[in-house]
Amino acid sequence: MSLLEVRNLTTAFQTARGEITAMEDVSFDLNPGEILGIVGESGSGKSVTALTIMGLLPRPPARIASGSIRFGGQELTTLSEGRMQKLRGPGIAMVFQEPMTSLNPVFTIGDQIVETIRAHENLSNRALTARAIEMLEKVGIPSAATRMSDFPHQLSGGQRQRVMLAIALVCRPKLLIADEPTTALDVTIQAQILDLMMDLRDEFGMAIMIITHNMGVIAETADRVMVMYAGRVVEEAPVMRLFDHPMHPYTRGLLECVPAIGQDKERLVAIPGTLPEPANRPRGCRFAPRCAHAIADCSAGLPPLETLAPQHTAACFRAIELQSA
Amino acid sequence: MVDVVDLSAPRQHPLRATLRRLMHHRLFLLGLFLFGIVAIVAMLAPIIAPLDPNKLAMRNKFRPPSADFVFGTDNFGRSLWSRVVWGAQLSMFIGFSVVVINAVFGTAIGAAAGYFRKLDNALMRVNDALMAFPAVLLAIAVTAVLGPSVNDVIIALGIVYTPRTARIVRSSVIVLREMEYVQAAVAAGAGHWRILRHHILPNAMAPLIVQLSFLFAYAVLTEATLSFLGVGAVPPTPTWGNIMAEGRQYMLDAPWIITIPGAALMITVLGLNLLGDGLRDVLDPRLRIQS
Repeated sequence: MSLLEVRNLTTAFQTARGEITAMEDVSFDLNPGEILGIVGESGSGKSVTALTIMGLLPRPPARIASGSIRFGGQELTTLSEGRMQKLRGPGIAMVFQEPMTSLNPVFTIGDQIVETIRAHENLSNRALTARAIEMLEKVGIPSAATRMSDFPHQLSGGQRQRVMLAIALVCRPKLLIADEPTTALDVTIQAQILDLMMDLRDEFGMAIMIITHNMGVIAETADRVMVMYAGRVVEEAPVMRLFDHPMHPYTRGLLECVPAIGQDKERLVAIPGTLPEPANRPRGCRFAPRCAHAIADCSAGLPPLETLAPQHTAACFRAIELQSA
Repeated sequence: MVDVVDLSAPRQHPLRATLRRLMHHRLFLLGLFLFGIVAIVAMLAPIIAPLDPNKLAMRNKFRPPSADFVFGTDNFGRSLWSRVVWGAQLSMFIGFSVVVINAVFGTAIGAAAGYFRKLDNALMRVNDALMAFPAVLLAIAVTAVLGPSVNDVIIALGIVYTPRTARIVRSSVIVLREMEYVQAAVAAGAGHWRILRHHILPNAMAPLIVQLSFLFAYAVLTEATLSFLGVGAVPPTPTWGNIMAEGRQYMLDAPWIITIPGAALMITVLGLNLLGDGLRDVLDPRLRIQS
């Protein structure tokens, strides 16, 4: 049985100009120990997906319009805030994009880790400290015991992200959601943090949902990839399959935007145009106005997400046709 | 796998760093000195001013400052030194009590309004209504209802100034509520109480402390105003306002009766304002960058 089952999930926001759906009809599964990558441009709905699963969107203005989220057999969309709070930490944990601002500046990192454990478990002070030091060592902070009394401003960006991971993982979550965990870090540190996340996955056996706009991060870490565009899933496939045989023109466009070493290309191919505003999305396929292969049918109706190859789904009327061309 | 660690960075507790910056702020030190004098005099009142501030001695009336009576005597022959020193104790007590009331209720109301959006409108409209009255006018109205004792004045000043403190706390809380570390704490399973106590209030302390130091000055000044107008603590309670109100009639013949408590009031308020300015300079990171 999968750990997380998301079915036809739609999240809408109440705004002054009416209701806007930030993400609609999103379905996917996540198995224990698996790493799922979610890619898309800013505003494609990937963060909203994560925050909806965490129950972190303020309601109102946010509203789960339809669909279900089952985590370990438990339905999350109807769970009370109190029960949800107990689940955050030991059940699902999250790491955010900005390590510089994700730590409380007035407490030592030791306090912050200890406080997180204390929220969920009743342990003696000595046991709490031991647990926090152990976790800091696991995330690769050198001389963890002395670093416990450091304040966030005394750490580098990479170290802060390690501390964030320690805080997220200290209650042994079954699912870790990482929202752009390496975007704010420089490249060498990025690789270290990604390696660390994969090591910790192997050690704790948790599932990871990694959200990014960086295809390189996906290639390095994910087992499976889900591509989102304008609030909808447009393609989902195992990572190698997606990179070798992208079926959706948008995915192909994303891959062409990535510069590759050793490839003798004069210029990168950019996708023309920009993501449509959520309030006035085009009828039919949302990518059609920017798609080089769009035909009249594309603007007529929404292309359904269809299984076009084993474990490979895409939402494009012309996927098969373009694949063989 | 090891990040570069900057060993040259000073490993100092932030509180100690703040204290050290305060100790290098000259105006803060001057403020601390002035306020410190008044506070110490107030605390030592029973020792340094053993004469009963309310003891009448008609044969000694209107004595100018001399070796016998350091600050002279008033129209009833009471020692002005005793009256001013005991007045300092009252002023400090009233100021401190108002600060405590504000720190407790202002923080509670401000935090509730800023953190729980549903309470915001209701709490802040009541707040606005109270703030719409001029401070002295509202204080007069409240003492008129409650009565003219020191405790009633404290409650009145608490009601007058708490809305201002609540507003300052609320504005900090609204900013802090949206910080990433607050969201990270929610994502780690922290409840409302834990988030307020650990992540929001400690970070909202700096502007609150600055506000409270100014508030102390306002409370002392407004209390003196109320006494002077005759709606504060009833005579012969030796408040500075009362002493000045009585001395006003003899201003030309015995100017020390009104000028000495006036000077004491000025020293207290000036000291507190310098103290508050210093705290603001040191605690507000934006000002620190500019200087």
